[in-house]
Amino acid sequence: MESHIAEIAQHTGGVIGLSWLMIAFPLVGAFVLLVFGRFTNRWGHLLGVAMSLASFAVAVLAFFELVGFGEEQRRRAVHLYEFIPGMVDMGLLIDPLSISFALLITGVGSLIHIYSIGYMSHDEHRRRFFAYLNLFVAAMLLLVLADNYVGLFIGWEGVGLASYLLIGFWQFKPSAAVAAKKAFVVNRVGDFGLLVGMFLIWTTFGTLAFGELQPITSENPTTLAIGLLLLLGACGKSAQLPLQSWLLDAMEGPTPVSALIHAATMVTAGVYLVVRSGAFFFPEGSGAALAVAIVGAATLLAGAIIGCAKDDIKKGLAGSTMSQIGYMMLGAGLGPAGYAFAIGHLITHGFFKADLFLGAGSVMHGMNDEVDMRKYGGLRKLMPITFATFFIGYLAIIGFPLLSGYFTKDGIIETAVHHQPILGWLAVLGAGITGFYMSRMVFMTFFGQKRWADDAHPHESPSVMTIPLMILSLGALGLGAYLVLSNRLLLFLAPAVGRPEELPAFHFTSTPGLATLALVAVGAAFAWMRYGRAEVPSVQPRGSFLTTFARRDLYGDALNESLFMRPGQWLTRLAVYFDNRGIDGIVNGLAAGIGGSSGRLRRIQTGFARTYALSILIGAALLTGALLLVGNI
Amino acid sequence: MSPWLPILMAVPVLGAIVVALLPKGSDKLAKQVTLLVSLAVLVLTGVMAAGFKPDGDRFQFVAEYDWIPSFGVKFGVGVDGVALVLVALSVVLVPIVVLASWHDADGVKTADGTLITPKRSVKTYFSLLLVLETMMIGVFAATDIFLFYVFFEAMLIPMYFMIGSYGGAQRSYAAVKFLLYSLFGGLLMLVAVIGLYVVAGSKTFMFPELVGAIQDPAMQKWLFGGFFIAFAIKAPLWPVHTWLPDAAAQAPAGAAVLLVGVLDKVGTFGMLRFCLELFPDAAKAFTVPIVVLAVISIIYGAIVAIGQTDMKRLIAYTSISHFGFIVMGVFAMSSVAQSGAALYMVNHGFATGALFLAAGFLIARRGSPFIGDYGGVQKVAPVLAGFFLVAGLAGLSLPGLSSFVSEFMVMIGTYSSQAHGSGALTAAAVVSAVAVILAAVYILWMVQRTLNGPTAEPVKPFKDVNAREIWVLAPLVALIIGFGLFPKPLLDVINPSVQQTLTNVGVPTSTIAEKGTGQ
Repeated sequence: MESHIAEIAQHTGGVIGLSWLMIAFPLVGAFVLLVFGRFTNRWGHLLGVAMSLASFAVAVLAFFELVGFGEEQRRRAVHLYEFIPGMVDMGLLIDPLSISFALLITGVGSLIHIYSIGYMSHDEHRRRFFAYLNLFVAAMLLLVLADNYVGLFIGWEGVGLASYLLIGFWQFKPSAAVAAKKAFVVNRVGDFGLLVGMFLIWTTFGTLAFGELQPITSENPTTLAIGLLLLLGACGKSAQLPLQSWLLDAMEGPTPVSALIHAATMVTAGVYLVVRSGAFFFPEGSGAALAVAIVGAATLLAGAIIGCAKDDIKKGLAGSTMSQIGYMMLGAGLGPAGYAFAIGHLITHGFFKADLFLGAGSVMHGMNDEVDMRKYGGLRKLMPITFATFFIGYLAIIGFPLLSGYFTKDGIIETAVHHQPILGWLAVLGAGITGFYMSRMVFMTFFGQKRWADDAHPHESPSVMTIPLMILSLGALGLGAYLVLSNRLLLFLAPAVGRPEELPAFHFTSTPGLATLALVAVGAAFAWMRYGRAEVPSVQPRGSFLTTFARRDLYGDALNESLFMRPGQWLTRLAVYFDNRGIDGIVNGLAAGIGGSSGRLRRIQTGFARTYALSILIGAALLTGALLLVGNI
Repeated sequence: MSPWLPILMAVPVLGAIVVALLPKGSDKLAKQVTLLVSLAVLVLTGVMAAGFKPDGDRFQFVAEYDWIPSFGVKFGVGVDGVALVLVALSVVLVPIVVLASWHDADGVKTADGTLITPKRSVKTYFSLLLVLETMMIGVFAATDIFLFYVFFEAMLIPMYFMIGSYGGAQRSYAAVKFLLYSLFGGLLMLVAVIGLYVVAGSKTFMFPELVGAIQDPAMQKWLFGGFFIAFAIKAPLWPVHTWLPDAAAQAPAGAAVLLVGVLDKVGTFGMLRFCLELFPDAAKAFTVPIVVLAVISIIYGAIVAIGQTDMKRLIAYTSISHFGFIVMGVFAMSSVAQSGAALYMVNHGFATGALFLAAGFLIARRGSPFIGDYGGVQKVAPVLAGFFLVAGLAGLSLPGLSSFVSEFMVMIGTYSSQAHGSGALTAAAVVSAVAVILAAVYILWMVQRTLNGPTAEPVKPFKDVNAREIWVLAPLVALIIGFGLFPKPLLDVINPSVQQTLTNVGVPTSTIAEKGTGQ
């Protein structure tokens, strides 16, 4: 079955011709704020917001220009310049897929910029914070707008850099510095896959441009290898198993960062990569697509389980992000039938998860930056707006009927049950767990008795923070229905990602849908019994083996430590020792032996010419030997 | 005959004489004259380079004078694209190094007044720098192989004194080690140069006339070996690399920049021009073992770098890793990889230069090269920390910065190379890509321990960058970002010269890359 995607047309003029401005505005913002430094302290945040809004305006105009074209003409390439002569032409691809992302990034991004004015108002480095946010938006837009893999990769690592800088924004805290480095290094493991994937694409097809690759109908070993390598890259960026471990630590960053980068946009880049490459390397029913779906299903469960045991509100939400991206990955592994739901869930998740994170930030803002939910309780009356918006986000994420998450998540589940029944039913189970941990979070934070310290004075946040919350919660309310009913998003995306043979119709009473609702209800009821009706202890109880397992992130860190970190440290020490003692030292020792001298000559700092002469000679002999052995003189 | 290159080579050495002859006590004047001379050379080179025609003759600005007529030795100079960008790299770095070394011979004091290096002759230091500049231009511009050899060896002398007299505590150990390694390599090369002259029998040392002169495969291999080992020591390639960390750690930061940024490039430049073009059959026969050594350098250098406790040694080991990439690109027998390698030589000069100099500024404040003696610099000197971070990111080849383009080209060109049935080179490229992960570890771990965390007590009095330090680092950062986003101007100059090299080696380069074997 061939997934038809539209040809890409070269485009000049109009707003689309100027779409590079989307990237340029925030890039200039970041440049000005970083280079002119403290001279911009007074108005830096305003510039940051203005640049993000300008970018959003361009995206909106470009969107309307794009829908003015006929469906088959909605893939427009804008050539920018020759990057690597003969290999890479830098250009932007404005099509339904990329413009959807651009709207999400600049729209939600701008709201988070505005929110940050309030959230970071007491931070002496607020200007630098906005510089990094602008840098992030620019890089993220390059990632989704580039018309080739190299441009995508530049954006890909650019968002990694912004993420590194923002996780470590409070770098004077050692934990933040460590978390930032960990995120970058783990991401680089994924980048290794993406890099080698690009080598293979270039070697096989002679191009790295999306427009020059041909859709495939059946898989061959090469495309399978490419697909798996790209999937490794996607796992790094999107915190999917086995490269998930950095995301929970990334919560060290300021909360708006968690909302923008580690929930709404950057972490979904892996889903973008898979969907963008779908027609070329992940055809429906292929091994590569199945691998994507399996990774998604495994991660959605793992993230949900982790979410159940966290008392830190941000880490709970981080587990939930992992889990929700797992749903998107599962959808992206189902071919064109799943793409629209994966992207749809990505968009609605962008709204409701940003809403939830910013809501958590608003709670923290009023609670002296306390993150432990055991020290919250009964906050709904003191923070009514935060509570109301958070509650809407909560209903959306658990898939409460008619809210955003209901439509998009259910779409993924139904498609999965249809194509990959086992994975589909695992996703149903995951939804039940989501019902539990999200209810637990709401009950612990907003209901029950107050458990906070005497010096905390919970209060509602200023309107610069609550208005973005309200707008986001509107998206959490209605966006899902708008996108999914009558297949609006699916038909819009079809020219870019292909469409399934049969258009799905949304059933309100399908078996998997009803099963999901029932499990969610059970999960929520269970949470009510444990955390709503019953008293929540303000000290963490010891918990069962399973709780510990979840609290420790399913031992992911422990595994990495024993498999990679410790052996790596030993290898490093050994190599350093060998380099200091081995190559130079053997020679020094030999020199001492030959010279008949005593042991004290064996020290490295001899300064004796013959030592070095011999060491050079041995090195050269090794070189010659190697050449002779292999080169057949 | 074009007077450009002889003029470029004459100006610094004349400047050096003027500086040396200045009356006693005119240290400041000596520095100013040096800076002025090096800036003049930069401007002259810029004007010359503007007249370079990428699609013109291979060697341009050619000049030839008889030197030792009885042996056919000529003072022959001229540049092709690769040589031109390396000359440009040298003349860009010298004024930056002059500014960076402004107080290096004055006797370096830390913030709390401890003397790290005692006061030494300022005039000598700066005239040595200018002499070195002449030799750097000469070695890349020489078209006569004997002249190349002379510069190759003579360069050691100013560098030996710069390390041995102006370096850190173990400077004499490091300087002697550096000199002996290099002399040994030079000796082998001298034998090979004479061998080439005798066997070719054409009574000339001019490179263009010697291309294709040696046909006997066995003879090619022996002569190749002589050149290659000399260049491998210079580059340096594992396992003859151990002189570099000592030399780079003991040299003053400015000298270390020229040592690692330019002098070592003579090794990889020599491989590209002489090993490949004079002995193409040998080069092809040795491709696999050399690429294996290069991959060992890449991974080994990166792993050992992770374990370093001294910033300058760490940077030296990262360079060993990066030189591995350059050597791999040179020998991958693919135009993409080779253009990437030539570009890498330039980009590495900027990136490592910036990193050494930023580290040097940290060391000048703290008086210690040890990473463990720092912590929390970001808080007290955010601008310096920012420069250090950007230089570090260039060192880990962050996309968007110049080193990424070259590293990507080397790896993708090697991966797709059709030489040797491609299997070995494909594997080499995949293994080398692991360095992408290791690079993040060695750079970011250093950044974490120096810039981040709570501010260490001795770090608290740090002042942020002064105007001189900004003038040193800002141009390098601008070049790193500029060529990271727009590498085309450099590649347009490099590509034709690489095509010529591969044509002489007999590798088909009809298409820019080895395109489309699959579909």
